[in-house]
Amino acid sequence: MRAGGAVSGYLSAAPLALLFTVAYLVPVVILVIISLSASTSGFNFTLVHYVAALTNGFNLGILFDTLVLGLQVSFATMLAAYPIGLLFMRCGPRGRAIIVFLILLPMLTNTVVRTFAWMIILGREGVINISLMSIGWIEEPLRMLYTRTGLIVALVQIFLPLMALPINASLARINDNLVKAAEGLGASRFYVFRTVILPLSLPGAIAGFLLTFAGSSTAFVSQTLVGGGRQIFMPLLIYQQAIGVQKWNAAAALSIVFAISILVIVFAMNRYSRKYLRGMDA
Amino acid sequence: MLKLRNLSYETVVGLLAAASVILLVAPTLVILVMSFTGDFLLRFPPRSWSVRWYIELFENSPQIAASAWISLQVALISTLASTTLGTLAALAVAGRRSAWAVALDSLFMSPMVFPAMSLGLALLLLLSLLGMRPALWSLAVGHTVIVTPFVIRMVSAAVQQLNPVLLDCSASLGASRIFTFFNVTLPLIRPGLLGGAVIAFLSSIDHVPVSLMLSDPRVETLPVNLWILLDSNLDVRVASVSGIIVAITLVVILVLDRRMLGHVPR
Repeated sequence: MRAGGAVSGYLSAAPLALLFTVAYLVPVVILVIISLSASTSGFNFTLVHYVAALTNGFNLGILFDTLVLGLQVSFATMLAAYPIGLLFMRCGPRGRAIIVFLILLPMLTNTVVRTFAWMIILGREGVINISLMSIGWIEEPLRMLYTRTGLIVALVQIFLPLMALPINASLARINDNLVKAAEGLGASRFYVFRTVILPLSLPGAIAGFLLTFAGSSTAFVSQTLVGGGRQIFMPLLIYQQAIGVQKWNAAAALSIVFAISILVIVFAMNRYSRKYLRGMDA
Repeated sequence: MLKLRNLSYETVVGLLAAASVILLVAPTLVILVMSFTGDFLLRFPPRSWSVRWYIELFENSPQIAASAWISLQVALISTLASTTLGTLAALAVAGRRSAWAVALDSLFMSPMVFPAMSLGLALLLLLSLLGMRPALWSLAVGHTVIVTPFVIRMVSAAVQQLNPVLLDCSASLGASRIFTFFNVTLPLIRPGLLGGAVIAFLSSIDHVPVSLMLSDPRVETLPVNLWILLDSNLDVRVASVSGIIVAITLVVILVLDRRMLGHVPR
Protein backbone atom coordinates (compact mmCIF):
# COMPACT_ATOMS: atom_id res chain seq x y z
CA MET A 1 0.00 0.00 0.00
CA ARG A 2 2.73 2.41 0.93
CA ALA A 3 4.55 1.53 -2.25
CA GLY A 4 1.63 3.09 -4.14
CA GLY A 5 1.81 6.23 -6.28
CA ALA A 6 5.20 7.93 -6.26
CA VAL A 7 3.81 11.32 -5.33
CA SER A 8 0.72 10.39 -3.33
CA GLY A 9 2.87 8.34 -0.95
CA TYR A 10 4.59 11.50 0.21
CA LEU A 11 1.41 13.53 0.60
CA SER A 12 1.36 13.21 4.37
CA ALA A 13 4.84 14.74 4.53
CA ALA A 14 3.61 17.85 2.71
CA PRO A 15 2.46 19.88 5.74
CA LEU A 16 5.80 19.50 7.49
CA ALA A 17 7.69 20.13 4.25
CA LEU A 18 5.71 23.35 3.86
CA LEU A 19 6.47 24.44 7.42
CA PHE A 20 10.17 23.65 6.96
CA THR A 21 10.22 25.63 3.72
CA VAL A 22 8.72 28.72 5.33
CA ALA A 23 10.38 28.56 8.75
CA TYR A 24 13.73 26.94 7.91
CA LEU A 25 14.76 26.94 4.25
CA VAL A 26 13.54 30.46 3.40
CA PRO A 27 15.12 32.02 6.53
CA VAL A 28 18.42 30.25 5.78
CA VAL A 29 18.33 31.52 2.18
CA ILE A 30 17.72 35.04 3.55
CA LEU A 31 20.63 34.51 5.93
CA VAL A 32 22.86 33.64 2.95
CA ILE A 33 21.66 36.68 0.97
CA ILE A 34 22.21 39.05 3.90
CA SER A 35 25.68 37.60 4.44
CA LEU A 36 26.52 38.42 0.82
CA SER A 37 25.24 41.97 1.03
CA ALA A 38 27.17 45.08 2.01
CA SER A 39 24.42 46.39 4.25
CA THR A 40 20.88 45.50 5.30
CA SER A 41 19.35 48.30 3.23
CA GLY A 42 19.06 46.87 -0.27
CA PHE A 43 21.24 44.18 -1.80
CA ASN A 44 24.79 45.12 -2.84
CA PHE A 45 26.81 42.00 -3.51
CA THR A 46 30.04 41.73 -1.59
CA LEU A 47 32.23 39.03 -0.11
CA VAL A 48 33.74 41.36 2.44
CA HIS A 49 31.95 39.73 5.39
CA TYR A 50 33.24 36.29 4.45
CA VAL A 51 36.73 37.65 3.95
CA ALA A 52 36.48 39.21 7.41
CA ALA A 53 35.14 35.99 8.92
CA LEU A 54 37.85 33.84 7.38
CA THR A 55 40.93 36.08 7.49
CA ASN A 56 40.46 37.99 10.72
CA GLY A 57 42.66 36.11 13.19
CA PHE A 58 40.27 36.80 16.04
CA ASN A 59 37.21 35.31 14.30
CA LEU A 60 39.14 32.43 12.81
CA GLY A 61 40.67 31.61 16.18
CA ILE A 62 37.22 31.47 17.75
CA LEU A 63 35.88 29.23 15.00
CA PHE A 64 38.82 26.85 15.32
CA ASP A 65 38.62 26.85 19.11
CA THR A 66 34.88 26.10 19.03
CA LEU A 67 35.37 23.09 16.76
CA VAL A 68 38.27 21.87 18.91
CA LEU A 69 36.07 22.21 22.00
CA GLY A 70 33.41 20.07 20.30
CA LEU A 71 35.96 17.36 19.51
CA GLN A 72 37.50 17.42 22.99
CA VAL A 73 34.10 17.10 24.64
CA SER A 74 33.03 14.31 22.27
CA PHE A 75 36.14 12.21 22.98
CA ALA A 76 35.91 12.76 26.73
CA THR A 77 32.20 11.91 26.70
CA MET A 78 32.90 8.70 24.82
CA LEU A 79 35.48 7.71 27.42
CA ALA A 80 32.95 8.36 30.19
CA ALA A 81 30.12 6.53 28.43
CA TYR A 82 31.85 3.19 27.73
CA PRO A 83 32.22 2.05 31.36
CA ILE A 84 28.49 2.71 31.86
CA GLY A 85 27.78 0.70 28.72
CA LEU A 86 29.93 -2.22 29.87
CA LEU A 87 28.12 -2.21 33.20
CA PHE A 88 24.79 -2.02 31.36
CA MET A 89 25.78 -5.02 29.23
CA ARG A 90 26.29 -7.29 32.21
CA CYS A 91 23.23 -6.16 34.17
CA GLY A 92 19.90 -7.98 34.25
CA PRO A 93 16.63 -6.25 33.33
CA ARG A 94 16.33 -4.59 36.74
CA GLY A 95 19.87 -3.20 36.73
CA ARG A 96 19.40 -1.98 33.18
CA ALA A 97 16.21 -0.16 34.14
CA ILE A 98 18.07 1.59 36.95
CA ILE A 99 20.92 2.61 34.64
CA VAL A 100 18.45 3.94 32.06
CA PHE A 101 16.73 5.94 34.81
CA LEU A 102 20.06 7.41 35.92
CA ILE A 103 20.82 8.40 32.31
CA LEU A 104 17.38 9.85 31.62
CA LEU A 105 17.17 11.92 34.80
CA PRO A 106 19.90 14.39 33.81
CA MET A 107 18.96 14.22 30.12
CA LEU A 108 15.44 15.38 30.88
CA THR A 109 16.59 18.03 33.35
CA ASN A 110 16.84 21.53 31.95
CA THR A 111 20.27 22.45 30.56
CA VAL A 112 20.29 25.85 32.27
CA VAL A 113 19.63 24.05 35.55
CA ARG A 114 22.45 21.57 34.99
CA THR A 115 24.80 24.38 33.96
CA PHE A 116 23.85 26.21 37.14
CA ALA A 117 24.70 23.05 39.12
CA TRP A 118 28.16 23.08 37.58
CA MET A 119 28.62 26.70 38.58
CA ILE A 120 27.94 25.62 42.16
CA ILE A 121 30.18 22.56 41.96
CA LEU A 122 33.15 24.30 40.33
CA GLY A 123 32.86 27.71 42.00
CA ARG A 124 35.30 29.32 44.45
CA GLU A 125 33.18 28.25 47.37
CA GLY A 126 31.81 25.28 45.49
CA VAL A 127 31.48 21.62 46.32
CA ILE A 128 34.94 20.57 45.13
CA ASN A 129 36.89 23.44 46.66
CA ILE A 130 35.16 23.20 50.05
CA SER A 131 35.62 19.42 50.24
CA LEU A 132 39.27 19.51 49.19
CA MET A 133 40.04 22.31 51.65
CA SER A 134 38.23 20.59 54.51
CA ILE A 135 40.32 17.44 54.09
CA GLY A 136 43.40 19.61 53.80
CA TRP A 137 44.50 18.71 50.27
CA ILE A 138 44.56 22.33 49.19
CA GLU A 139 45.01 25.60 51.07
CA GLU A 140 43.65 28.02 48.51
CA PRO A 141 40.54 27.42 46.42
CA LEU A 142 41.34 26.11 42.93
CA ARG A 143 40.17 28.07 39.93
CA MET A 144 37.86 25.72 38.04
CA LEU A 145 34.85 27.79 37.06
CA TYR A 146 35.55 29.92 33.97
CA THR A 147 38.32 27.57 32.82
CA ARG A 148 38.53 25.33 29.80
CA THR A 149 38.77 22.15 31.88
CA GLY A 150 35.75 23.12 33.95
CA LEU A 151 33.78 23.79 30.78
CA ILE A 152 34.75 20.42 29.29
CA VAL A 153 33.74 18.54 32.45
CA ALA A 154 30.36 20.30 32.55
CA LEU A 155 29.73 19.65 28.85
CA VAL A 156 30.70 15.99 29.23
CA GLN A 157 28.05 15.60 31.91
CA ILE A 158 25.48 17.44 29.84
CA PHE A 159 26.04 15.30 26.74
CA LEU A 160 26.77 11.99 28.47
CA PRO A 161 23.15 10.75 28.05
CA LEU A 162 23.24 11.40 24.29
CA MET A 163 26.39 9.27 24.09
CA ALA A 164 25.45 6.60 26.63
CA LEU A 165 22.05 5.70 25.14
CA PRO A 166 23.27 4.74 21.64
CA ILE A 167 26.38 3.02 23.06
CA ASN A 168 24.20 0.99 25.44
CA ALA A 169 21.90 0.11 22.58
CA SER A 170 24.69 -1.24 20.41
CA LEU A 171 26.38 -3.03 23.32
CA ALA A 172 23.10 -4.71 24.23
CA ARG A 173 22.81 -5.97 20.66
CA ILE A 174 26.14 -7.83 20.78
CA ASN A 175 25.63 -11.57 20.75
CA ASP A 176 26.72 -12.86 24.14
CA ASN A 177 28.05 -16.04 22.56
CA LEU A 178 30.75 -14.08 20.75
CA VAL A 179 32.08 -12.82 24.06
CA LYS A 180 31.82 -16.28 25.63
CA ALA A 181 33.54 -17.88 22.66
CA ALA A 182 36.45 -15.44 22.88
CA GLU A 183 36.74 -15.97 26.61
CA GLY A 184 36.44 -19.74 26.19
CA LEU A 185 39.36 -19.63 23.78
CA GLY A 186 41.44 -17.99 26.49
CA ALA A 187 41.25 -14.31 25.61
CA SER A 188 41.52 -11.91 28.52
CA ARG A 189 38.70 -9.48 29.20
CA PHE A 190 40.80 -6.55 27.99
CA TYR A 191 41.54 -8.40 24.77
CA VAL A 192 37.86 -9.26 24.28
CA PHE A 193 36.94 -5.63 24.80
CA ARG A 194 39.49 -4.41 22.29
CA THR A 195 38.84 -6.99 19.56
CA VAL A 196 35.15 -7.89 19.94
CA ILE A 197 33.16 -5.43 22.02
CA LEU A 198 34.70 -2.15 20.87
CA PRO A 199 34.46 -2.75 17.11
CA LEU A 200 30.90 -4.10 17.36
CA SER A 201 29.71 -1.13 19.40
CA LEU A 202 31.28 1.52 17.15
CA PRO A 203 28.06 2.36 15.27
CA GLY A 204 26.47 3.50 18.54
CA ALA A 205 29.61 5.34 19.61
CA ILE A 206 29.81 7.18 16.28
CA ALA A 207 26.13 8.18 16.46
CA GLY A 208 26.72 9.51 19.97
CA PHE A 209 29.93 11.24 18.91
CA LEU A 210 28.20 13.16 16.10
CA LEU A 211 25.34 14.29 18.33
CA THR A 212 27.75 15.33 21.08
CA PHE A 213 29.97 17.20 18.64
CA ALA A 214 27.11 19.15 17.10
CA GLY A 215 25.59 19.76 20.53
CA SER A 216 28.65 20.80 22.51
CA SER A 217 30.10 23.13 19.89
CA THR A 218 26.79 25.02 19.83
CA ALA A 219 26.03 24.78 23.58
CA PHE A 220 25.55 28.49 24.13
CA VAL A 221 24.32 28.38 27.74
CA SER A 222 27.12 26.25 29.17
CA GLN A 223 29.79 27.93 27.05
CA THR A 224 28.87 31.37 28.35
CA LEU A 225 28.08 30.51 31.98
CA VAL A 226 30.74 27.90 32.80
CA GLY A 227 33.26 29.14 30.24
CA GLY A 228 32.95 32.70 31.47
CA GLY A 229 33.57 35.99 29.73
CA ARG A 230 37.15 35.32 28.67
CA GLN A 231 36.38 32.28 26.55
CA ILE A 232 34.38 33.24 23.49
CA PHE A 233 32.93 30.61 21.20
CA MET A 234 31.04 30.94 17.92
CA PRO A 235 27.45 31.04 19.24
CA LEU A 236 28.31 33.96 21.55
CA LEU A 237 30.27 35.72 18.80
CA ILE A 238 27.27 35.46 16.46
CA TYR A 239 24.95 36.69 19.21
CA GLN A 240 27.21 39.64 20.07
CA GLN A 241 27.58 40.66 16.42
CA ALA A 242 23.84 40.41 15.77
CA ILE A 243 22.24 41.71 18.95
CA GLY A 244 25.13 43.48 20.69
CA VAL A 245 26.56 45.63 17.90
CA GLN A 246 23.79 45.11 15.30
CA LYS A 247 26.18 44.05 12.54
CA TRP A 248 23.63 41.82 10.82
CA ASN A 249 25.66 41.10 7.69
CA ALA A 250 28.78 40.14 9.60
CA ALA A 251 26.72 38.00 11.98
CA ALA A 252 25.03 36.31 9.02
CA ALA A 253 28.38 35.49 7.39
CA LEU A 254 29.73 34.09 10.67
CA SER A 255 26.54 32.02 11.05
CA ILE A 256 26.95 30.52 7.60
CA VAL A 257 30.66 29.78 8.08
CA PHE A 258 29.94 28.16 11.45
CA ALA A 259 27.00 26.11 10.15
CA ILE A 260 28.99 24.89 7.14
CA SER A 261 31.97 23.90 9.32
CA ILE A 262 29.74 21.85 11.63
CA LEU A 263 27.81 20.24 8.77
CA VAL A 264 30.99 19.38 6.84
CA ILE A 265 32.61 17.75 9.88
CA VAL A 266 29.47 15.78 10.80
CA PHE A 267 28.95 14.72 7.17
CA ALA A 268 32.59 13.70 6.73
CA MET A 269 32.68 11.69 9.95
CA ASN A 270 29.41 10.02 9.04
CA ARG A 271 30.69 9.16 5.58
CA TYR A 272 34.02 7.90 6.80
CA SER A 273 32.49 5.80 9.58
CA ARG A 274 30.03 4.18 7.19
CA LYS A 275 32.84 3.24 4.87
CA TYR A 276 34.83 1.89 7.80
CA LEU A 277 31.89 -0.11 9.16
CA ARG A 278 31.11 -1.53 5.73
CA GLY A 279 34.71 -2.59 5.39
CA MET A 280 34.42 -4.37 8.72
CA ASP A 281 31.36 -6.35 7.64
CA ALA A 282 33.08 -7.70 4.56
CA MET B 1 47.43 -14.96 35.52
CA LEU B 2 44.44 -14.64 33.24
CA LYS B 3 42.09 -14.69 36.24
CA LEU B 4 44.09 -11.89 37.83
CA ARG B 5 43.94 -9.79 34.70
CA ASN B 6 40.21 -10.36 34.38
CA LEU B 7 39.80 -9.32 37.97
CA SER B 8 41.70 -6.11 37.31
CA TYR B 9 39.49 -5.53 34.25
CA GLU B 10 36.40 -5.87 36.42
CA THR B 11 37.85 -3.46 38.95
CA VAL B 12 38.82 -0.88 36.36
CA VAL B 13 35.46 -1.02 34.57
CA GLY B 14 33.58 -0.98 37.87
CA LEU B 15 35.44 2.05 39.18
CA LEU B 16 35.13 3.97 35.93
CA ALA B 17 31.42 3.17 35.69
CA ALA B 18 30.94 4.35 39.27
CA ALA B 19 32.77 7.59 38.46
CA SER B 20 30.60 8.15 35.36
CA VAL B 21 27.40 7.47 37.27
CA ILE B 22 28.44 9.93 40.00
CA LEU B 23 29.24 12.49 37.29
CA LEU B 24 25.81 11.88 35.80
CA VAL B 25 23.83 12.24 39.01
CA ALA B 26 25.82 14.69 41.15
CA PRO B 27 24.54 17.94 39.57
CA THR B 28 20.91 17.00 40.16
CA LEU B 29 21.57 16.21 43.82
CA VAL B 30 23.58 19.42 44.28
CA ILE B 31 20.66 21.44 42.88
CA LEU B 32 18.13 19.81 45.18
CA VAL B 33 20.31 20.46 48.25
CA MET B 34 21.18 23.97 47.16
CA SER B 35 17.58 25.04 46.67
CA PHE B 36 17.05 24.82 50.45
CA THR B 37 19.86 27.23 51.30
CA GLY B 38 19.17 30.04 53.74
CA ASP B 39 22.20 32.05 52.56
CA PHE B 40 22.41 34.96 50.17
CA LEU B 41 25.44 33.43 48.51
CA LEU B 42 25.71 30.22 46.56
CA ARG B 43 27.89 28.35 49.02
CA PHE B 44 28.00 24.59 49.26
CA PRO B 45 27.11 23.18 51.67
CA PRO B 46 24.84 26.01 52.78
CA ARG B 47 25.45 27.41 56.30
CA SER B 48 21.75 27.61 57.04
CA TRP B 49 18.66 25.93 55.71
CA SER B 50 15.30 27.37 54.77
CA VAL B 51 12.62 27.48 52.14
CA ARG B 52 12.95 31.27 51.82
CA TRP B 53 13.96 31.16 48.15
CA TYR B 54 10.91 29.10 47.30
CA ILE B 55 8.75 31.66 49.12
CA GLU B 56 10.62 34.49 47.39
CA LEU B 57 9.96 32.78 44.08
CA PHE B 58 6.24 32.46 44.63
CA GLU B 59 5.70 35.86 46.20
CA ASN B 60 8.14 38.26 44.59
CA SER B 61 9.06 36.99 41.17
CA PRO B 62 6.41 38.02 38.66
CA GLN B 63 9.00 38.07 35.87
CA ILE B 64 10.08 34.48 36.41
CA ALA B 65 6.44 33.38 36.63
CA ALA B 66 5.58 35.25 33.43
CA SER B 67 8.52 33.71 31.57
CA ALA B 68 7.56 30.24 32.83
CA TRP B 69 4.05 30.78 31.43
CA ILE B 70 5.52 31.86 28.05
CA SER B 71 7.76 28.77 28.00
CA LEU B 72 4.83 26.50 28.80
CA GLN B 73 2.70 27.94 25.99
CA VAL B 74 5.54 27.77 23.47
CA ALA B 75 6.32 24.19 24.51
CA LEU B 76 2.70 23.06 24.28
CA ILE B 77 2.16 24.62 20.85
CA SER B 78 5.43 23.34 19.41
CA THR B 79 4.88 19.86 20.87
CA LEU B 80 1.40 19.65 19.38
CA ALA B 81 2.58 20.96 15.99
CA SER B 82 5.75 18.86 15.78
CA THR B 83 4.01 15.67 16.93
CA THR B 84 1.15 16.03 14.46
CA LEU B 85 3.19 17.14 11.44
CA GLY B 86 6.19 14.98 12.39
CA THR B 87 4.10 11.82 12.70
CA LEU B 88 2.46 12.41 9.32
CA ALA B 89 5.86 13.05 7.75
CA ALA B 90 7.45 10.01 9.41
CA LEU B 91 4.67 7.79 8.02
CA ALA B 92 5.62 9.00 4.54
CA VAL B 93 9.40 8.73 4.73
CA ALA B 94 10.24 6.05 7.33
CA GLY B 95 12.00 3.05 5.92
CA ARG B 96 11.89 4.25 2.33
CA ARG B 97 15.06 4.26 0.28
CA SER B 98 14.01 6.43 -2.65
CA ALA B 99 15.92 9.65 -3.25
CA TRP B 100 12.90 11.75 -2.29
CA ALA B 101 12.39 9.98 1.01
CA VAL B 102 16.06 10.24 1.92
CA ALA B 103 16.15 13.94 0.98
CA LEU B 104 13.04 14.74 3.01
CA ASP B 105 14.28 12.73 5.98
CA SER B 106 17.65 14.54 5.91
CA LEU B 107 15.87 17.89 5.71
CA PHE B 108 13.63 17.08 8.68
CA MET B 109 16.54 15.74 10.75
CA SER B 110 18.99 18.54 9.89
CA PRO B 111 17.96 21.04 12.62
CA MET B 112 19.66 18.61 14.99
CA VAL B 113 23.08 19.55 13.58
CA PHE B 114 22.39 23.01 12.19
CA PRO B 115 23.62 25.54 14.80
CA ALA B 116 20.53 26.86 16.57
CA MET B 117 22.04 30.34 16.98
CA SER B 118 22.35 30.58 13.17
CA LEU B 119 18.74 29.44 12.76
CA GLY B 120 17.66 31.99 15.36
CA LEU B 121 19.40 34.77 13.44
CA ALA B 122 17.86 33.55 10.17
CA LEU B 123 14.36 33.63 11.68
CA LEU B 124 15.00 37.08 13.14
CA LEU B 125 16.10 38.37 9.72
CA LEU B 126 12.96 36.92 8.13
CA LEU B 127 10.77 38.62 10.73
CA SER B 128 12.46 41.99 10.32
CA LEU B 129 12.21 41.68 6.55
CA LEU B 130 8.48 41.14 6.96
CA GLY B 131 8.38 44.13 9.30
CA MET B 132 7.21 42.03 12.24
CA ARG B 133 8.33 41.93 15.83
CA PRO B 134 9.05 38.67 17.61
CA ALA B 135 5.94 37.28 19.25
CA LEU B 136 4.76 34.12 20.92
CA TRP B 137 3.79 32.52 17.62
CA SER B 138 7.20 33.14 16.03
CA LEU B 139 8.88 31.51 19.02
CA ALA B 140 6.51 28.56 18.74
CA VAL B 141 7.29 28.17 15.02
CA GLY B 142 11.04 28.30 15.67
CA HIS B 143 10.74 25.73 18.44
CA THR B 144 8.67 23.46 16.23
CA VAL B 145 11.52 23.31 13.70
CA ILE B 146 14.03 22.64 16.52
CA VAL B 147 12.09 19.78 18.17
CA THR B 148 10.66 18.05 15.08
CA PRO B 149 13.74 15.81 14.56
CA PHE B 150 13.10 14.08 17.90
CA VAL B 151 9.53 13.25 16.90
CA ILE B 152 10.62 12.03 13.45
CA ARG B 153 13.30 9.80 14.95
CA MET B 154 11.01 8.21 17.52
CA VAL B 155 8.00 7.78 15.23
CA SER B 156 10.14 6.49 12.34
CA ALA B 157 11.55 3.80 14.64
CA ALA B 158 8.00 2.78 15.57
CA VAL B 159 6.81 2.84 11.95
CA GLN B 160 9.67 0.63 10.85
CA GLN B 161 8.65 -1.99 13.39
CA LEU B 162 5.11 -1.92 12.04
CA ASN B 163 4.16 -5.14 10.31
CA PRO B 164 2.94 -4.10 6.80
CA VAL B 165 0.81 -7.26 6.64
CA LEU B 166 -1.52 -5.72 9.23
CA LEU B 167 -2.15 -2.73 6.97
CA ASP B 168 -2.76 -5.01 3.98
CA CYS B 169 -5.19 -7.08 6.06
CA SER B 170 -7.09 -4.00 7.07
CA ALA B 171 -7.23 -2.79 3.47
CA SER B 172 -8.30 -6.17 2.07
CA LEU B 173 -11.07 -6.36 4.66
CA GLY B 174 -12.43 -3.19 3.12
CA ALA B 175 -11.25 -0.57 5.59
CA SER B 176 -10.54 2.86 4.21
CA ARG B 177 -7.08 4.35 4.57
CA ILE B 178 -8.31 6.77 7.19
CA PHE B 179 -10.03 4.01 9.16
CA THR B 180 -6.84 1.93 8.99
CA PHE B 181 -4.76 4.88 10.12
CA PHE B 182 -6.83 5.53 13.23
CA ASN B 183 -7.57 1.92 14.15
CA VAL B 184 -4.41 0.04 13.14
CA THR B 185 -1.46 2.35 12.51
CA LEU B 186 -1.99 4.88 15.27
CA PRO B 187 -2.44 2.41 18.17
CA LEU B 188 0.66 0.51 17.04
CA ILE B 189 2.95 3.55 16.80
CA ARG B 190 1.52 5.20 19.92
CA PRO B 191 4.51 4.45 22.19
CA GLY B 192 6.92 6.08 19.71
CA LEU B 193 4.56 8.98 19.20
CA LEU B 194 4.14 9.66 22.93
CA GLY B 195 7.87 9.27 23.56
CA GLY B 196 8.57 11.72 20.75
CA ALA B 197 6.05 14.18 22.18
CA VAL B 198 7.61 14.02 25.66
CA ILE B 199 11.11 14.60 24.30
CA ALA B 200 9.83 17.41 22.05
CA PHE B 201 8.15 19.11 25.02
CA LEU B 202 11.22 18.88 27.25
CA SER B 203 13.54 20.04 24.44
CA SER B 204 11.37 23.08 23.86
CA ILE B 205 11.35 23.94 27.57
CA ASP B 206 15.14 23.51 27.44
CA HIS B 207 15.91 25.55 24.36
CA VAL B 208 17.79 28.86 24.53
CA PRO B 209 19.51 30.07 21.31
CA VAL B 210 16.45 30.57 19.08
CA SER B 211 14.45 31.99 22.02
CA LEU B 212 17.27 34.40 22.81
CA MET B 213 17.51 35.66 19.23
CA LEU B 214 13.72 36.07 19.01
CA SER B 215 13.33 37.40 22.52
CA ASP B 216 11.76 40.63 23.37
CA PRO B 217 10.85 41.76 26.89
CA ARG B 218 7.28 40.63 26.17
CA VAL B 219 8.26 37.14 25.04
CA GLU B 220 11.10 35.96 27.20
CA THR B 221 11.15 32.24 27.92
CA LEU B 222 12.07 30.75 31.29
CA PRO B 223 15.54 29.44 30.35
CA VAL B 224 16.40 32.77 28.70
CA ASN B 225 15.30 34.55 31.86
CA LEU B 226 17.38 32.17 34.01
CA TRP B 227 20.36 32.61 31.70
CA ILE B 228 20.15 36.39 32.11
CA LEU B 229 19.85 36.03 35.91
CA LEU B 230 22.93 33.78 36.01
CA ASP B 231 24.96 35.79 33.52
CA SER B 232 24.51 39.10 35.31
CA ASN B 233 24.58 38.12 38.98
CA LEU B 234 24.29 34.72 40.57
CA ASP B 235 20.71 35.07 41.75
CA VAL B 236 19.91 32.46 44.41
CA ARG B 237 16.29 32.30 43.22
CA VAL B 238 17.61 30.26 40.28
CA ALA B 239 18.25 27.48 42.82
CA SER B 240 14.60 27.29 43.83
CA VAL B 241 13.39 27.44 40.22
CA SER B 242 15.85 24.64 39.49
CA GLY B 243 14.57 22.65 42.46
CA ILE B 244 11.04 22.85 41.08
CA ILE B 245 12.17 21.90 37.57
CA VAL B 246 14.10 18.89 38.91
CA ALA B 247 11.06 17.79 40.95
CA ILE B 248 8.80 18.06 37.88
CA THR B 249 11.32 16.13 35.79
CA LEU B 250 11.48 13.36 38.39
CA VAL B 251 7.70 13.06 38.43
CA VAL B 252 7.60 13.01 34.61
CA ILE B 253 10.13 10.17 34.41
CA LEU B 254 8.47 8.13 37.13
CA VAL B 255 5.01 8.58 35.66
CA LEU B 256 6.17 7.77 32.12
CA ASP B 257 4.75 4.47 31.11
CA ARG B 258 7.44 1.87 30.60
CA ARG B 259 6.08 1.08 27.18
CA MET B 260 6.58 4.69 26.24
CA LEU B 261 10.29 4.25 26.75
CA GLY B 262 10.12 1.17 24.58
CA HIS B 263 12.98 2.48 22.43
CA VAL B 264 15.32 1.96 25.34
CA PRO B 265 17.09 -1.36 25.04
CA ARG B 266 16.78 -3.61 28.01
